[in-house]
Amino acid sequence: MNAVQRLQKAQKKPSLIKIALAVCGLTLTTFGHAEVGAPEKDELKFGFIKLTDMAPIAVAYEKGYFEDEGLYVTVEAQANWKVLLDGVIDGKLDGAHMLAGQPLAATIGFGTKADIVTPFSMDLNGNGITVSNEIWEMMKEHVPMENGKPVHPIKADYLKPVVEKFRAEGKPFKMGMVFPVSTHNYELRYWLAAGGIHPGYYAPHKGDTSGLLNAEALLSVTPPPQMPATLEAGTIYGYCVGEPWNQQAVFKGIGVPVITDYEIWKNNPEKVFGMTKEFTEKYPNTTIHIVKALLRAAKWLDENNNANRPEAVKILSRPEYVGADYDVIANSMTGTFEYEKGDKREVPDFNVFFRYFATYPYYSDAVWYLTQMRRWGQISEKKPDQWYFDMAKQVYRPDIYAIAAKELIADGVMSAADFPDLDKESGFRAPQSEFIDGVTYDGTQPNAYLEKLTIGLKDETL
Amino acid sequence: MTEIAAIFRNEKGKILFAPSQLILLLRHLGKALALPFAGIVIFLMLWQGVANNITTSLGQFPGPVQVWDSSKSLVAEHQREREREAAFYQRQEDRNAEKLAKDPLADVKIRPYTGKATFFDQILTSLYTVSFGFLVASIIAIPLGIACGLSEKVYQSVNPIIQTFKPVSPLAWLPLVTILVSALYVSDDPMFEKSFLTSAFTVTLCCLWPTVINTTVGVTSIDRDLINVSRVLQLPSLVHVRSIVIPSAIPMIFTGLRLSLATGWMVLIAAEMLAQNPGLGKFIWDEFQNGSSDSLGRIMVAVLAIGLIGFSLDRLMLAIQGRISWDKQAILR
Repeated sequence: MNAVQRLQKAQKKPSLIKIALAVCGLTLTTFGHAEVGAPEKDELKFGFIKLTDMAPIAVAYEKGYFEDEGLYVTVEAQANWKVLLDGVIDGKLDGAHMLAGQPLAATIGFGTKADIVTPFSMDLNGNGITVSNEIWEMMKEHVPMENGKPVHPIKADYLKPVVEKFRAEGKPFKMGMVFPVSTHNYELRYWLAAGGIHPGYYAPHKGDTSGLLNAEALLSVTPPPQMPATLEAGTIYGYCVGEPWNQQAVFKGIGVPVITDYEIWKNNPEKVFGMTKEFTEKYPNTTIHIVKALLRAAKWLDENNNANRPEAVKILSRPEYVGADYDVIANSMTGTFEYEKGDKREVPDFNVFFRYFATYPYYSDAVWYLTQMRRWGQISEKKPDQWYFDMAKQVYRPDIYAIAAKELIADGVMSAADFPDLDKESGFRAPQSEFIDGVTYDGTQPNAYLEKLTIGLKDETL
Repeated sequence: MTEIAAIFRNEKGKILFAPSQLILLLRHLGKALALPFAGIVIFLMLWQGVANNITTSLGQFPGPVQVWDSSKSLVAEHQREREREAAFYQRQEDRNAEKLAKDPLADVKIRPYTGKATFFDQILTSLYTVSFGFLVASIIAIPLGIACGLSEKVYQSVNPIIQTFKPVSPLAWLPLVTILVSALYVSDDPMFEKSFLTSAFTVTLCCLWPTVINTTVGVTSIDRDLINVSRVLQLPSLVHVRSIVIPSAIPMIFTGLRLSLATGWMVLIAAEMLAQNPGLGKFIWDEFQNGSSDSLGRIMVAVLAIGLIGFSLDRLMLAIQGRISWDKQAILR
């Protein structure tokens, strides 16, 4: 009987839980982690992009959680998301901090086709949209003010006149995002579209993957750490990126963050930990040990009301991780966000790593990303609802998550309250309506959701 | 005066250095050192002056003082990393001992350190990569150059290829090399890292041409008298190459090798930067991406290190040439 079956059985017969726990406790003291066997592969290499939301990987390494699980992990920064994804696909990397859209896009074959799965969501929120000082001055005229400070959230409605002015002058209005299937691309598009600015369609079936069809704002790819430099050079007028690259713009005095993704969609799912399906099948125990270590790291990051964040920031500011200055990283990681220079506001949930079941790989999160891929034409034709569910289930692996979580509960490291009800969880969150445009998203009805969005594809194929 | 003079006598009272000779020597040394020293001092002052007036988005541009501080912090970081490494191995040994205590037959092993590569590790990686690439290039280029120099026919047929590839920036090769290495170098237990081979072969590709061309020129311009001697003695061709061709062409071969090594070193840094392969180039790119307030200082340390290493590599080649060249009187510079 393997660990899963045993634990499931234990769950079914509540009277046996205590006995099972006692047995686990006993085996623990004698054999260490005997429930899930030793990792089949123990020397691993993980990739990441220099963003604060890679924190669970850095913390799991620095706090020795990987070693506790018998894993010897090397952590390596990657140049951009494409290099990172290719690294995971061809096996140079065993796993990586990924954009939620990457495993999904790889599985449906938008871009490089490969079977990538994710048993662990890394965080919620954590991104922002920044515009250059010049654009901010032009936008500011339209932004409502209160006590001399702009009223948040700042909608793209106020950017619209600026974009129109540029278009009237025949100048393209260019903005940067980090990858075609990145959260940032969808968030930036969501924000622009909610303000009536068309961000352009993709048409992969016609070989057009630039995403500029009918675009009023032209979005292009720039690797996160280069965003501030590109903005400063005047190549783009604004960007959507993860931290610390919005706060960096404030510190450098080259741009103004106008909105965080928390205000675009409250507690939106962000990065995931991606691995190839092949890896999880070839090394099932290793996979579970990885998830366990990451879960412990995520919990540490949010523990005691973010008490460990300053220490986490210290780790992240080291050159081998994010490497930006302590103050820049601390700004967003410790629950505040600086918009215009001096306009620092409380955003306690700017980075969420563990609260609100942030680490659970919800199918509904996957479905939302798929709806956005459809909305902007990355998926060229209409798909039935069932297709969305099938794809989500292929990529998101709450089953692996559940084994790791139960192990941690059995080890006494975490409690059942830290997780959603692992046996009853359907994987679909209740309908969410905290979007900037007030549209409600129900993961069980992807097509109906697409109908509700004003700008974006519905039934048609371009 | 006698006391001073006594210093320069050995225990038997023999004069080692006459004071007048010493003064001469000092004067000579002074002349030789004064100008470079003055040059460096003026450069450092100018640098500090200019740096103070440049403010970048990452703060003030680092002057010599800040760069000196950065280099000290890099040394400190290196030492800290070594301590962490020692602790890492200690933890493994403890764990293994514990495992063995429970089960004497347990399979234990020590895994290599998983921490980051420090600045000094990156220097070593770069040096190792460049020497590997340069060595491979030299092994191909010198014989090829000799063949081209000896035979007009070989030269005529190879020349267009050399001339076409010579001006190609090695970075243009980089994507091709990367793809080829990952396609062709497949093994379960690889002796080299793929990234290492990519960088090394890129270096090889650009190290080839200066050596080939200079060797060819060196071989074609051998003194006619020497060739005639070889003819008169009816030397077999291998002996001809070994005792006439190579010794006469050594100065030109080395000119080629030095040019090759210099370009190889320059290219390697760019290749590492672009391909994110381990080495000094990656160090610089990582620091640029970090964009922290001491990034510029650390990049400057790397720049100086690259320069000094390039300089010493060239001196090293010169020393080797001095050793193996038959003409010890020749002035090398």
